[in-house]
Amino acid sequence: MAIRERLSGNEAVAYAIRQINPDVMPAFPITPSTEIPQYVANYIANGEIDTEFIHVESEHSAMSATLGASAAGARALTVTSSCGMALMWEELYVAASDRLPIVLALVNRALTGPININADHSDSMGARDSGWIQIYAESNQEVYDNFLQAFPIAEDPRVHLPVMICQDGFITSHGVENILLVEDEKVRELVGEYHPEHFLLNSKEPMAVGPYAVSNYYMETKRGQREAMSNAREVILELASKFEEMTGRRYGFFEEYAMDDAEYVIVLIGSAAGTCKAAVDKIRQATGKKVGLCKIRVFRPFPEKELALTLKDRKAIAILDRSEMFSATCGPLGAEVQAALFGVKSQAEAVNYFYGLGGRDITVEDFEKVYGRLEEIARTHEIPDMYEYIGLRAK
Amino acid sequence: MRDTIEIRWHGRGGQGAKTAALLLADVAFKTGKYVQGFPEYGPERMGAPITAYNRLSDKPITIHSNIYEPDLVAVVDDSLLETIDVTHGLGPEGAVIVNSQRSKEEIVSHLGGFQGRVYVIDAREISVQALGKYFPNSPMLAAVVAVSGVMDPQVFLQEMRTSYQHKFAKKPEVIEGNMKALELTFEALK
Repeated sequence: MAIRERLSGNEAVAYAIRQINPDVMPAFPITPSTEIPQYVANYIANGEIDTEFIHVESEHSAMSATLGASAAGARALTVTSSCGMALMWEELYVAASDRLPIVLALVNRALTGPININADHSDSMGARDSGWIQIYAESNQEVYDNFLQAFPIAEDPRVHLPVMICQDGFITSHGVENILLVEDEKVRELVGEYHPEHFLLNSKEPMAVGPYAVSNYYMETKRGQREAMSNAREVILELASKFEEMTGRRYGFFEEYAMDDAEYVIVLIGSAAGTCKAAVDKIRQATGKKVGLCKIRVFRPFPEKELALTLKDRKAIAILDRSEMFSATCGPLGAEVQAALFGVKSQAEAVNYFYGLGGRDITVEDFEKVYGRLEEIARTHEIPDMYEYIGLRAK
Repeated sequence: MRDTIEIRWHGRGGQGAKTAALLLADVAFKTGKYVQGFPEYGPERMGAPITAYNRLSDKPITIHSNIYEPDLVAVVDDSLLETIDVTHGLGPEGAVIVNSQRSKEEIVSHLGGFQGRVYVIDAREISVQALGKYFPNSPMLAAVVAVSGVMDPQVFLQEMRTSYQHKFAKKPEVIEGNMKALELTFEALK
């Protein structure tokens, strides 16, 4: 029987860490993720877990220490947000290219400037090319469930890549919601013991981690990372299916909500999906209009084929980005979804929206307007700009 | 009645409006509800106006936006009435609870013609009487429960006792005081 609880997203991740009892956790505090190491430190102080907590002087050191621990053969993780992750930048790439199965609990927050502590995806989207697997959550339940699946995905010999488990700052990290927790024994069964195939502290197999790679080696390393990222697809689905057997909760690359007959579709990532679902229910109930939602859970690897297949024959699609990439055309999700649609020669009209930057709220009514706009686009086939805004003040 | 009761809390940083919202979520959860309790964060400063929210429902809640049309507003600090339109979005069928030592007439005059129910609760008086100190949270919480009717007052009191016993395990002397503050608030609102 699942354990019925109410927890904030940060509490839920800390609870998952307690259940996993990882070997090493270096961390440096930054809002809104600070509570996670704080709660874990409590678990350690109370003797509930024997994780080695390393107090470091910066996020650069936090990720460096996590790399070191992981390379040595430990199950290691860290936690951060926003500028904290920006300070880990160099090490993010090292973690991925050294193929270290690290988990990072990322509480998404806008990057400075102007300085802002609230939710947007500019931190993780900026790191989308770093070689990390990225899994996003709508709710506290999802970030907990995703976290439980993270180490088995990262450590799978077919993958061996670091995994970023993302949740929206404050919206889920500090919001208390109902949650169903998995029993400790079941978590231990799912996550298992970590037995690395190769590790630095193995005296029988001396090895180097992260040596200089001349041009003659570098490119093959990148090709190897790509292969691993590609393999991650099947491993992510395998874990999802194991997890469903265990809990009844179903996960995939993305969630399709009211999509069977949907003509007007919103594609987005994160906590706003819940608000969008309420809009879908409201519109369908009131008008019967065929609106649907496609919520991306796995952004890296990008589920291009599956997404294109589900989206290609819709009438109009709005792709919502919670971060800018200043291409002066579209946002990161917009670009990739449109590329996927192009690949299958989709005739669906597609428009990109920016929303929620720096924590700007998005409401059920906002989503109703977007669906209204999609109908209009499907009728007129006119999209004056490749991108539009939700909730932006007019001057 | 709507499926979901939506509550907005206004307070100042450090006064415990966020804690009150989380406590309400906690106690509603224990009575079997689906709950949300969440703060709206701006710059984090003691004394700055802060807002916190609750959604309480018998059905799962997926909405993650702030609350713009609440059923109930709780104002922990009446000095906010001069600077914030606390009844914004609150319909005539809604209610506002203000913690104040001022008269109801005076409070109403600051509510911009709000047509709904207005409750003034002197949490300072109650808290000092019950606890010997000023902690507005317990009276405000009881007032929200009494006015919203979101749960049975007796069930609420039982759950709060359990919750205080847990929270104040190292300070058992304040449990009775807090319980008394809840009861005095119920009486004051009768």
